[in-house]
Amino acid sequence: MINDLITALGAEFVQLSLTPIVIGILAAIACALPGNFLLLRRQALIGDAISHVVLPGIVAAFLVTGTITAVPMMLGAGGAAIVAVVMIEIVKRLGRVEPGAAMGLVFTTLFAAGVLFLEITDTSSVHIDVQHALLGNLESLIWFDAEGWGSLIDPKALATLPPQLPRLAIVLVVIALFIFLFWKELKISTFDAAFAEAVGIRTRTLGFALVVATAIAAVAAFDAVGSIIVIAMFVCPPASARLMTNQLGRQVGWSVIFATISAILGYVFAGYGPGWFGSPYAVSAAGMIATISGLILMLTCLFGPQRKRIGQQAET
Amino acid sequence: MSFLDYFISALFLQAGYNSALVAVGAGLLGLSAGSAGAFIFLRKRALVSDAISHATLPGVGLAFMIMVAFGSDGRWLPGLIIGSAVSSAIGLVMVEWITRKTRLTEDAAIGAVLSVFFGFGIVLLTIIQTMSSGRQAGLENFLLGSTAGMLISEAMTIAIAGALAAGFVFLLRRPMTLVAFDPDYAATTGVNVRNIDLAMMGLALIVTVIGLKIVGLILIVALLIIPPVAARFWTNQVGPMIGIAAGVGGLSGYIGAVLSAAEASLPTGPIIVLVAFGFFLISALFSPLRGGLASWLRHQRFQRRVHRRQGLLSLARREPIYDGLTIRILRRAGMIRADGVATARGRIAAEKAARDEARWAMARRILPDDSAIERYDGLTPIERMMTPDQIAEIDHMIQTAQGAKA
Repeated sequence: MINDLITALGAEFVQLSLTPIVIGILAAIACALPGNFLLLRRQALIGDAISHVVLPGIVAAFLVTGTITAVPMMLGAGGAAIVAVVMIEIVKRLGRVEPGAAMGLVFTTLFAAGVLFLEITDTSSVHIDVQHALLGNLESLIWFDAEGWGSLIDPKALATLPPQLPRLAIVLVVIALFIFLFWKELKISTFDAAFAEAVGIRTRTLGFALVVATAIAAVAAFDAVGSIIVIAMFVCPPASARLMTNQLGRQVGWSVIFATISAILGYVFAGYGPGWFGSPYAVSAAGMIATISGLILMLTCLFGPQRKRIGQQAET
Repeated sequence: MSFLDYFISALFLQAGYNSALVAVGAGLLGLSAGSAGAFIFLRKRALVSDAISHATLPGVGLAFMIMVAFGSDGRWLPGLIIGSAVSSAIGLVMVEWITRKTRLTEDAAIGAVLSVFFGFGIVLLTIIQTMSSGRQAGLENFLLGSTAGMLISEAMTIAIAGALAAGFVFLLRRPMTLVAFDPDYAATTGVNVRNIDLAMMGLALIVTVIGLKIVGLILIVALLIIPPVAARFWTNQVGPMIGIAAGVGGLSGYIGAVLSAAEASLPTGPIIVLVAFGFFLISALFSPLRGGLASWLRHQRFQRRVHRRQGLLSLARREPIYDGLTIRILRRAGMIRADGVATARGRIAAEKAARDEARWAMARRILPDDSAIERYDGLTPIERMMTPDQIAEIDHMIQTAQGAKA
């Protein structure tokens, strides 16, 4: 049994599974952190909208630069997210349309435009396609040069880590710093925007900064887990955490725990689960991570200590 | 045959029986989507349909696997539609349940359901890809829609179901209107709001599942949202709005399907959505009621009237005018000369404006409750809003006041 575990966690594990798991965890936490505030501000679906427009942004970046390198792609996707937010605002004001409909109109249109551009332009020479954008390719982010746990302190091997890993790590640090530095402001403006305004917090700027943080997380995580499953990471861990506690700090803590559990279990079940049923094929890791986060949400909906609204009778 | 020739012949259903059928099917789908979407839009629950549509994916996968287990090839469209309907119904119930039973809000429930169901659906699709019969299943086409190689029986299924959904909307239009505008009042008149809400979402569900094949599950929600948003620009009444939404949806579906038939490599769903967006843009810009152009023109006209009035009042008070726009407007109307001095016409108009202003000021003092005072926008000549008798009285009061001052 212990031997099994050691072989399971041996050199092959480091090479094939360690980096996808770490990337999955980083992506999940990077999305869950801003997700907490989006959830409390009833903007959970901004994550939905932003993750849909990542695709057109990447396509636009490709059309402009002709290459698929990380930086223009990130810029393109980030730009598309900002364009989408501005468009939503315009449609809302101009048409006096409710936010949900404005959002739905904008992100479906941009997404459709992205798909269409992708199909008309000749992208066969490069590796972007709709499937990849939607579903991600966590499994392919393996660490070729790793020879075992020792590679973790081998600079030569470390240099060949999949670039997504350091990128996501930086993004996570930036987002965590943003939330840490503006904790008080975010908290006040989330719970009582009028009071925040009164004590001199620029709620609109802060709200926009939060959207930008969301966009950065979506763009960085999208590469690994695909644009739709990013939404699960924005919504599910914070929603589960919301049902566990009444304190914002603890909620953020819980959401990080839930995001981590989803990423680890999701990857393990996707990669090794089918083997337990005798199938040699793995299933989509990103899909499995979303599924696990959904199951956690389901459990907290049923048993979370703070699942009720205030004033709602607890059922016995 | 050039693209345009083909497009035109397809537009008039001359490009072959099959593509005609697809176009008609897509048109009917758009028609029912537009009319069903109108109610969901008015009820402000547009994005619930996003959860419904993403939640179809596991159903498609499971239905395929079940059909394969029973020995068919698994691609039978009605079977896949039933599967997707069941799973999106479960998704809808989950959204309801989470919103009702926990403290989470509806938007969180929508986001959770759509992403988790979609993720689970993707897991199922990757399993199907490893099945021997699943390699050419083409289930990925349900993501973005495809009419290439569509069977006539499939087009018929979509057309009939689309027509049924449109009929269903027609039957339920009254209670749905009531619930969309005032659920509390609807409840007091004995309408079961929850059931009507469910029926509305049920309609969205039907549209979604029959639209899977043509538009795909990621974009079908656009066909429910964009036509009503476009229609809202043209009218303030429910009946016409539903009609326009249905028309916009139908035309988007029809034109989109024709366009994509003319260029086989293009995926159908995105084209239909972009056509619908085109209708939205036209509506948002050019609708005389709420369109951007109309309100811009209204604003311009109003601004000119204000500047003209204020300029004339300055002339009457013999004050110099500095504002560029005011000077331009008065110059063009021949009221002032290039050096800013009033012409004869300008003096007459300025005097008239000053008299009007004085009359209004007096009217506010002596008739504070008159309805004309409440509607006064600061620009309308008093003759248009008060009777000659009233004006005579006002003039009399002004003279008395001036007499008293002197």
